[in-house]
Amino acid sequence: MSVMTGETTAPGTDIEPTDRPPARGIAVADRGELAVEHAAVGVEIDHLSAYYGQHLVLRDITLTVQPNSVTAIIGPSGCGKSTLIRCLNRMHEVTPGARIQGQIHLDGDPIYVPGVDPVVVRQRIGMVFQRPNPFPTMSIFDNVVAGLKLAGIKDRALLQEVAERSLRRAALWDEVKDKLHAAGGALSGGQQQRLCIARAIAVEPEVVLMDEPASALDPMSTLKIEELIDALRTSYTIVIVTHNMQQAARVSDRTAFLTVGDDGAGYLVEDGPTRQIFTNPQRRLTEDYISGRFG
Amino acid sequence: MSADARTRLGDRRIRRRRAIDRLMRGLLWLAAAVAAIPLVLVLAFVLIQGLPAFNLALITQDPVPAGFPGGGVAPAVVGTLIMVGLGTLIGTPVAVLTGIYIREYAGGRGATGIRFLIDVLAGIPTIAVGLFAYGLVVVPMGTFSGLAGAVALAVIIIPTVARVTDEMLGLVSGSVREAAYALGIPPWKTIVRVTMPAAATGIVTGILLGVARIAGETAPLIFTALGNQRVTASLAEPMDALPLRIWVYASGPYDAWHQQAWAASLVLVLLVLTFSILTRFVLRRRAARLA
Ligand SMILES: Nc1ncnc2c1ncn2[C@@H]1O[C@H](COP(=O)(O)OP(=O)(O)OP(=O)(O)O)[C@@H](O)[C@H]1O
Ligand SMILES: [Mg+2]
Repeated sequence: MSVMTGETTAPGTDIEPTDRPPARGIAVADRGELAVEHAAVGVEIDHLSAYYGQHLVLRDITLTVQPNSVTAIIGPSGCGKSTLIRCLNRMHEVTPGARIQGQIHLDGDPIYVPGVDPVVVRQRIGMVFQRPNPFPTMSIFDNVVAGLKLAGIKDRALLQEVAERSLRRAALWDEVKDKLHAAGGALSGGQQQRLCIARAIAVEPEVVLMDEPASALDPMSTLKIEELIDALRTSYTIVIVTHNMQQAARVSDRTAFLTVGDDGAGYLVEDGPTRQIFTNPQRRLTEDYISGRFG
Repeated sequence: MSADARTRLGDRRIRRRRAIDRLMRGLLWLAAAVAAIPLVLVLAFVLIQGLPAFNLALITQDPVPAGFPGGGVAPAVVGTLIMVGLGTLIGTPVAVLTGIYIREYAGGRGATGIRFLIDVLAGIPTIAVGLFAYGLVVVPMGTFSGLAGAVALAVIIIPTVARVTDEMLGLVSGSVREAAYALGIPPWKTIVRVTMPAAATGIVTGILLGVARIAGETAPLIFTALGNQRVTASLAEPMDALPLRIWVYASGPYDAWHQQAWAASLVLVLLVLTFSILTRFVLRRRAARLA
């Protein structure tokens, strides 16, 4: 895999892999349900272009994700929403032949520079995928605490506590509390997705990326997920991709609208406060899309 | 079109579809039966022919000189256990690591290249592998040995297990790998703790097939283990093996030998069966703990 780094800034600002332990926030976990303290961080996307092989799928995106807020990314299918958020935690480069140009800063530090370990970036930026993907050989409990366990944390009591808290926050606890040691794959699709959300937040990332997290869920579970997002916004920075306009309007503070250009590459049409995007968009394309005349 | 006509049309279609369905089922059943018949016949034949000479002495006593009654194939039983065990122990780790390398690290062109080489290795006649082990081990050691036999068997088990590992890892969904990466789990840990466990059942089945295969190999042992009339656990001496002993006895002129050859075949079949049932049992127990 090759990562082309654009004009990078001073190497002195590299993220040191040893900077922080993987399981940040655990020490303060006993302050109660959602009171885990975060110095939430912002993400700046700076002239980002993304390729699959020779195929340009995202052109020159510049977008700021504010700390402690929910940013919704909307746009027609295939415009590169998933690709964009996969660039944010360096998952894009996992696809063979995939590469980027440009830069992304996490809390002011560039993440696409030599010396930055993608593993550390991913510990700080968690992700929930479009399709639920629990670990097939692990129990529900082990799925939730997989991130901690595989980082070497063995303290049973702590794992137990993190598992319960994460499952409660993902609105799954009541459904699984009696079968924590059953296989994670034996849950319904919607339950699996909430399990994946619990797994992502169990490691207390600073930023949470969600790729249509509710597309496989029923209205009740969707509501629970939206409540969760609402509860998380005070301490996390959240980026959510959604096809559901009402959902974007309900949960997000800011919205970015992407669409596909004539050359087949996705680009950013406009972004701004959600209220403004939905009531008073500056661009005709945006207006057409949110009023359902396009896409 | 009247409701009547539609019903009649529907009826004809359904009847036709059912007929085709029954025909296809019949064909598939026939194919499965044709595949199963030789297996059942071989097992029944070995059982019937082998039982008369199948007794405790067979697996506890050394062979007696030709023409005398009694004796057993103890050296062959011990030798097969040692050489198949050691060959598996040497070959399997190499093979599993090779499979992991091909699937997780080698990348497109590299993977194709190594897969090709491994398929070539799998296609080499086992007698040639025996000659290779002869040159590699027997010549430097100056003697035929159990070690040489084990090395030959290891070389034979490698391609099977490497390809199975490769294929089984390929079946693990990419989304599971991505889930692990996105949690900040390093790639090697993802392989050890997430991908390999997901593929474990398939890989173990592959290893079982490999073990069963090398347990029955005769040709690669001719120039390496050679055979031995006495029980030995020394890897530096010639060693007996069930297939070797069966081959010698079956091609000899004595009735007692023929009977013992059948009985020894039965022992070999039972060894392989026991081993694979035990392994599956352990695996099933592990899977059951989860469910
Ligand atoms: N692994 C891949 N290899 C090659 N091209 C890809 C790959 N993944 C996505 N693409 C292409 O990149 C473009 C953007 O895809 P992406 O998945 O980011 O779209 P999306 O906006 O998330 O769509 P959706 O709303 O349907 O999920 C599409 O044209 C797609 O065909
Ligand atoms: Mg998508």
